[in-house]
Amino acid sequence: MGLTAESSGFNVLNKSFNIESKNNKPVIALAGNPNTGKSTVFNGLTGLKQHTGNWPGKTVTQAQGLFIHNNQEFILVDLPGTYSLLSNSTEEMIARDFICFAQPNTTIVVTDASNLERNLNLVLQVMELTDKVILCLNLMDEAKRKNININIEKLQKELRIPIIPTIARDNKGLHKLKETTYKICNNLIKVKPTKIEYSEKVESAVAKIVPILKANIGQISNKVNLRWLALRLIEGDKTILQAIEKYFFNNDLSIDQIPEGEVQTNGVNY
Amino acid sequence: MELITKHSDKITKIFKQVDNAFNGDEKEKLRDQLVKDIYLSAEIIANKSVSVGKRKAEWSEKVDDILTSKLLGFPIMLLMLGGVFWLTIAGANVPSAMLAKALFWFEARITDFFVWAHAPKWIHGILVLGVYRTMAWVVSVMLPPMAIFFPLFTLMEDLGYLPRIAFNLDNFFKKSGAHGKQSLTMSMGFGCNAAGVIAARIIDSPREKLIAIITNNFVPCNGRFPTLIILASIFMGTVVNKTYGSFIAAAIVVGLVLVGISITLLVSWGLSKTVLKGVPSTFTLELPPYRKPQLGQILVRSFIDRTLFVLGRAVMVAAPAGVVVWVFANVGINGINLINYVSNFLNPFAVLIGLDGVILLAFILGLPANEIVIPILVMSYLSAGAMLEPDNTNALHDILVNNGWTWVTALSTMLFSLLHFPCGTTLLTIRKETGSTKWAVFTFILTTVIAIIVNLLVVQLINLFL
Repeated sequence: MGLTAESSGFNVLNKSFNIESKNNKPVIALAGNPNTGKSTVFNGLTGLKQHTGNWPGKTVTQAQGLFIHNNQEFILVDLPGTYSLLSNSTEEMIARDFICFAQPNTTIVVTDASNLERNLNLVLQVMELTDKVILCLNLMDEAKRKNININIEKLQKELRIPIIPTIARDNKGLHKLKETTYKICNNLIKVKPTKIEYSEKVESAVAKIVPILKANIGQISNKVNLRWLALRLIEGDKTILQAIEKYFFNNDLSIDQIPEGEVQTNGVNY
Repeated sequence: MELITKHSDKITKIFKQVDNAFNGDEKEKLRDQLVKDIYLSAEIIANKSVSVGKRKAEWSEKVDDILTSKLLGFPIMLLMLGGVFWLTIAGANVPSAMLAKALFWFEARITDFFVWAHAPKWIHGILVLGVYRTMAWVVSVMLPPMAIFFPLFTLMEDLGYLPRIAFNLDNFFKKSGAHGKQSLTMSMGFGCNAAGVIAARIIDSPREKLIAIITNNFVPCNGRFPTLIILASIFMGTVVNKTYGSFIAAAIVVGLVLVGISITLLVSWGLSKTVLKGVPSTFTLELPPYRKPQLGQILVRSFIDRTLFVLGRAVMVAAPAGVVVWVFANVGINGINLINYVSNFLNPFAVLIGLDGVILLAFILGLPANEIVIPILVMSYLSAGAMLEPDNTNALHDILVNNGWTWVTALSTMLFSLLHFPCGTTLLTIRKETGSTKWAVFTFILTTVIAIIVNLLVVQLINLFL
């Protein structure tokens, strides 16, 4: 068939997210609430090596850039600033789809250290979706000024993901952020984040839905966590299944159902 | 062959199966529970790892607590605005009189020169009584209040007080079905309505953006503030009590600003209930930090960008207009000069709304720029033969009184100036920003109709009680 699962993965990146990754350069997503200094982190990491465009088919601005660490090139994609990944707006859907379907090698969540509780909602939701998460605790100076003390060791124990305090404005902590990103991308450290524990009612609903999903679209369970998908259906998200159809069943030929158009362009007869 | 439609069926099937697994409103409750669980987890983790030490509230927060408090926010806002107007009104009288004296002394000298040179009477008429006298009026009447008002206003902007005003008003805009950010675009309108219309770009929803654009004109801009301040100080101040004249005049201008804001809210509410229906979208207004004002910058900017700009525009337009008005006033059909001809035609309607034909004509001729309304008005009266003592400190007051003005006329003129059609620049900007002539015309008609209705009501009410 000529197409492996991996190459078609890059096909998804290119076609659906406007991101071209030559020579298997790792792709890093930058998520975070608005007003956390996410853009400052982005600029601090990429410097002048960046360009902006739009997310395919959307009017939301997309910024991507390059940075080099230990002689390795990384593609950094700035996701829209959102408070959550619940599909309330176009921005949230873009962020969710990117982490879920583009499957970036690492996702950095930028948070406002002086406002951690509100920011943690997004962090927890990203941790549900991917294991490769780094928490960037930005605006540490502001937190200090407001006399807010964050026990980073304790937080790390709770979340079980790497936590990097930064003051992006002064370029502080960004080197360590790059280093940690490098390590995760090259499997030098393994991350296994804590998952949110839901109340019994929600958990029993998940237990009801997962078998339904397994029976219908079980073949994608190695790509998308079915428990997560069940939670989206509980949440009332009507778009997630369409997105799965769009990203997996139209693009990824490693899955047994093949849309007619793809077959013809590849010249394979069935 | 598996086709895309098959998957769509599959999706429907999954949705159906999932739906069948739950009854009634169970799913709705589950969704709430799910979101609650996420928030609870975040709260628990944050509580375990974050501690907030005691700290002194920053001075800016303390100041904000007072400036934007429910109880004191509005009184402080009114006092600040009132203080600025009072300083302007009280401070402008003396320099204004001095300037007038100097400029009219000079006019007498030029006249002496024309007489000595045996120049024809019409040349003296056009150049001295038309052009020079007009410019002298504009400069002596408008320069002093502007030179005081603009630096003070720029200072308020520079300190960061305007966003606090916006913060105080935010809630009112939401209640009237408009966007909270409209309080910001309205604040911009105090500087220049065209700028306020452009500022409406910060509002994403097209419906709320249109409301902000259409209603921006109801707050007085740089071009109209001088008119309001001048009329308030020479008329309204002296009506009740001479000693407190400047306080009363300042209070009147504050009152007019409040009327403008109320009408903005009222019209926004009306529009969002009729032509531009919809639910207001939410946003969080963040207050920018206070900045240390740069006094040198303020003086230079307010003098060059505002005072000289407004004055320059007034003089540039008023000088040629002086010629035109002088000619119109001295050329006639059947013994009636052209100004009288037109203003007589407008008069019956103008009187209904508390103005006279000449005032209405001045507003119409003032379409290109609001700052030339007073100059045109004065020229029209002067050319009609009213003589004045150049060294009289209250010369403008006398001219107006000699032409039949009372405090009701002044009030009506101020109200009409506040509410009437936007200037030409603003109308063009509306067309550009909305991408259609329709909304510019709509704004023109709406504002004018509202001005006429309000004036009519006020004048008729006053007539009823006096």
